Amino acid sequence: MAETEYAVVLFHSTQGAIKAERVLLRVGFQVKLIPTPRQLSSDCGTALRCAWADVDAVCAVLREAKVEYDSVHKVIVKE
Amino acid sequence: MIYLDNAATTWPKPPGVTEALVNFMQNVGGSPGRSGHRMAVEANRIVYDTREALATLFDMDDPLRIVFTANVTQALNLVLFGYLRPGDHVVTTSIEHNSVMRPLRYLQSLGVDLTVVPCSPEGVLDVADVEKAIQPHTVLLAINHASNVVGTIQPVADVGEIARRYDLLLLVDAAQTAGAYPIDMNQIDLLAFTGHKALFGPQGTGGLCIGERVDLDRVLPLTRGGTGSQSELEEQPDFLPDKYESGTANGVGIAGLGAGVRFVLEQGVENIRRHEQMLTERLLAGLQDIPGVHVYGTHDARRQTACVSFNIEGVEPSDVALRLDEEYAIMCRPGLHCAPSAHRTIGTYPRGTVRFGLSYFNSIEQIDAAIEAVHRIASKARVA
Repeated sequence: MAETEYAVVLFHSTQGAIKAERVLLRVGFQVKLIPTPRQLSSDCGTALRCAWADVDAVCAVLREAKVEYDSVHKVIVKE
Repeated sequence: MIYLDNAATTWPKPPGVTEALVNFMQNVGGSPGRSGHRMAVEANRIVYDTREALATLFDMDDPLRIVFTANVTQALNLVLFGYLRPGDHVVTTSIEHNSVMRPLRYLQSLGVDLTVVPCSPEGVLDVADVEKAIQPHTVLLAINHASNVVGTIQPVADVGEIARRYDLLLLVDAAQTAGAYPIDMNQIDLLAFTGHKALFGPQGTGGLCIGERVDLDRVLPLTRGGTGSQSELEEQPDFLPDKYESGTANGVGIAGLGAGVRFVLEQGVENIRRHEQMLTERLLAGLQDIPGVHVYGTHDARRQTACVSFNIEGVEPSDVALRLDEEYAIMCRPGLHCAPSAHRTIGTYPRGTVRFGLSYFNSIEQIDAAIEAVHRIASKARVA
C-alpha cells in the first residue's frame, strides 16, 4: 500500500480558501479544495490540499499574497 | 422601444450576464461555501471571482474586504446601523436618497446627532461646508457620489481628504456611479454599491467595500447566522467577509454580477463614461432648446452622470411619463425618485421631475428620438 503525504491548509473563511486556490493555481502549484477533514476541524467548509513537499513554498506564496490561513496539517493518505 | 430608466435599473444587460445566470442554474447550482463537493466549490469560486473583479474595478488589494448584500440600501444600512451609536455625530448632505436619509432620520430619533449640509439648487456640495459641520463627536461623513435626481457628481476625493485629516470615516453611496464613473477606494473608507445599475448585474445584488482604515470591531453586523465557517461556534465570526455575510449567498445573482463587472472592465470605465457623457451633453442641449422645458442640475455633462431631470410647463411629470410610454414607447421615471430632500434642494418638491437615466447601451438616435418626443409633448401643452 502506497502512502502519500499531503499538507492540508485550513482557512478562517471559505472564501479565503478560494482566494488561496486562485493564487496558487496562478503560480503553477497543484492544489485541490476538499471538505475540511473532521479530524482537523468541525468546520463544514472547505480546506486546501497540496503535496507535503510543497508546503513551505505554498505558505510563502500565501503570505506574499496576504491570504490569511488558520493552520497547516500533515495528512498521510494510504492508497 | 427606448429604455431610459437606467438610473433605476439598467437594461439591456451585456449578453454574458444572462449566460452566467443560466450557467449557474443549469451547471453549478451548489451552495457557495457550504460544502466541499465540486458543485459547492464551483459556486464558491464564482462568488470569489466576482469579488475579485470588483476589487480590480475599485482598486482594492484584498477582494475579501468586499461584502455582498442584496442591494446598495442594505449595504448603507449595514454601515449606518452597525457603526453609529447614540451620542455619535454624522454629517450628510441634502441631496441624499432615502436609502441614507431614512436610516439617518431613524437613528436621529435614537440619539445620533445628524447634520445635513445643504447643496446648491444645482445639487453641488461645497466641501468647505462639510468641513465646517465637523464637531468633536463626529465619526462619519455619509455622502452621495452622484445624485439619483440630477446626476450631480460630488467631490469624493476632497471629502475623503477631510475624513482622513479629521480621522473620520467616509461612507460613499455609489448607487449611480459604480461602473459608470471612476471610483478609487484609496479615497474612501466604506463604498456601498448596487449590482443592477451600471455594473449590469441582476437585481438583488450589491455590496460594501471596506477600506483598511475601518476598525471592524466598531462595525456590528446587521444579520448573524450561518457562514459555512467556524460551525462549532455559536458566536458570529469576526473576519471578512463572513462577519457581515450570514445565510446562503445570492449565488446565481452574484454570478450574473460577475459577468457584468467583467464587461465593464473589458470596455473600460473611461470609455463607458465618455459615451455616456456624450449622450448626456446631446440630451441636455436638446432639452434646453425646447420652449416650456426646464432642465435641472448643473447643465454641464462633465459635472454629472447620465441622469437628467426636467419638467414641462403645464404637464405633470406622471402625465409626461405616461405619454412617453404610450405614444412613443419611451420608458422613463417620473416623481420624487425616493429622494424628497434632493427635490427640496433643487426646488421641485412635491411635484418631482421627469427623469431620463441613460446607459452605455443607449444610442445617439435614441436620444434624438427622446428629445423629439419631449418637443411634441411640450408643443401640445403650449397650444392647449
